[in-house]
Amino acid sequence: MRKALTCIICPNGCPLEAEISDAGITVKGNLCIRGEEYAKEEVLDPKRTISSSIRLLHGDMEIVSVRLNRPVPKAMIFPIMEAIREARAEAPVHIGDVLIPDVLSTGADVIATRNVARVEEKV
Amino acid sequence: MLMRKDAVIIGGGPAGLAAAVALHKLGVRDIVILERESQLGGILRQCIHDGFGLQRFGCSLSGPEYASIFIEEVRRLGIEYHTDATVVSLSAAREIEAVTPEGILCYHARAVVLTMGCRERSRGSVMIPGERPSGVFTAGSAQAYMNIYNRMPGHEAVILGSGDIGLIMARRLTLEGAHVNAVFEIQDHPNGLERNIVQCLEDYGIPLYLRHTVTDIHGNSRLEGVTVSKVDEHSRPIAGTEKFYPCDTLILSVGLRPDTELLLDAGIELDPRTHGASVDEHLMTSAAGIFSSGNVLHVHDLVDYVSLESEQLASSVSRYLSKGFSSDRALKVRCGRGIGSTVPQKVSSGDGFTLSLRFDAVMENVVVKVSQDGRDILKKRMRKANPAEMVRLDIGSGATACSGDLEVSVE
Repeated sequence: MRKALTCIICPNGCPLEAEISDAGITVKGNLCIRGEEYAKEEVLDPKRTISSSIRLLHGDMEIVSVRLNRPVPKAMIFPIMEAIREARAEAPVHIGDVLIPDVLSTGADVIATRNVARVEEKV
Repeated sequence: MLMRKDAVIIGGGPAGLAAAVALHKLGVRDIVILERESQLGGILRQCIHDGFGLQRFGCSLSGPEYASIFIEEVRRLGIEYHTDATVVSLSAAREIEAVTPEGILCYHARAVVLTMGCRERSRGSVMIPGERPSGVFTAGSAQAYMNIYNRMPGHEAVILGSGDIGLIMARRLTLEGAHVNAVFEIQDHPNGLERNIVQCLEDYGIPLYLRHTVTDIHGNSRLEGVTVSKVDEHSRPIAGTEKFYPCDTLILSVGLRPDTELLLDAGIELDPRTHGASVDEHLMTSAAGIFSSGNVLHVHDLVDYVSLESEQLASSVSRYLSKGFSSDRALKVRCGRGIGSTVPQKVSSGDGFTLSLRFDAVMENVVVKVSQDGRDILKKRMRKANPAEMVRLDIGSGATACSGDLEVSVE
């Protein structure tokens, strides 16, 4: 079986062709090794990273932007979005802070991508 | 009080930050960045998706992370900057006035660096007829609502235009629980990067309709729906193809334009193709000592190249300040067959430089040729030519002769 894919690893966006047989998967059209790895994974178990924001308590912004630090299976995207929606973080936060470790046991952490300072509530 | 500076950098986004850091490292220390927002970082502050820095840092960062690398460097080096400082005038003699909450700042600079970025085209620029309800947003303002101010623009969306920000917002809205009906593109090819079509639309089952546009907007106070029509090869709507899409949100991703109002004041020559300044290979504009890079020069696809271009600008500025040069005897760079635009638009020395170009149509298996007086300087074979993707070619030092215009074309 053949499958046409577009590599999403970098902005080159190589048009890939994965040939799937009993002997394994062979990939054509990639300019670099990452394209081959991407195509194999895309056929067997497609993965993505996502970005969103988490509600922040005592921050000088209402939210802090976050992303996953490694890709997760596509089917986990919406369950993880639900976990992100329910989560709250306490300011201050710094870039790289782990706000949800090993989210839904995927092995990926939800990390902060912005520095947000703390403000104390007005009395 | 008039303050004298070696270089004044207008705009503290990715271009201005990279230029400032590079200037400092080249020994040009008497510099200042003027930023109109309350924080440095420019548009990257609201681009929370990842994919930035792949070329430069070899890893996929979000916009705020990419910006913070440069902001921390600016702070560590002690480079002077003012936020909430809006430049209101610029002269060809390099006099600058900025308004700030503390008062007016006036500078006379030996060199000026223009890094103000770009603006989005709006409903007015593409002249969509219809009523004027709320719920019509440019992609960037919807992005700011969601990613900076934590507000949902709406719940049932239609997106007009397939620029990258529109594609990114299609995914962003979907992830946050909105329903995105479709993306409509008036051209026969998508305007965004291929990878964004895949990971923002195909992943979420959002259809993309080429050769379609919004031809009517309905709603009194809030948007109630849009009429979409097919268009012919001249982009004119075809009667009888109208279809109504109920929605409360219309996102416009219909192109970006360099923010060049200050350049008009100073009488700086603009290029009708890029809509930015016309520059030589040192990225110097028609006004001596005034340089430009990043999205105010020409709209980029990737911030990595904005940073790189601004570092090239910094080395030009540094040489200009120590030796001086002029572009009075510049040769033209002409756009031949298949080429939509180039930067630089003129060449004034034999120095090596980067030639950035965009194609004017989608093509396959092309050879891009740079020639001077019928002599080939460079030929490059490419599998695909896509106007949505900027191409950068390195022209070696000494490759250009001192007379004869250059031509860039597709064979």
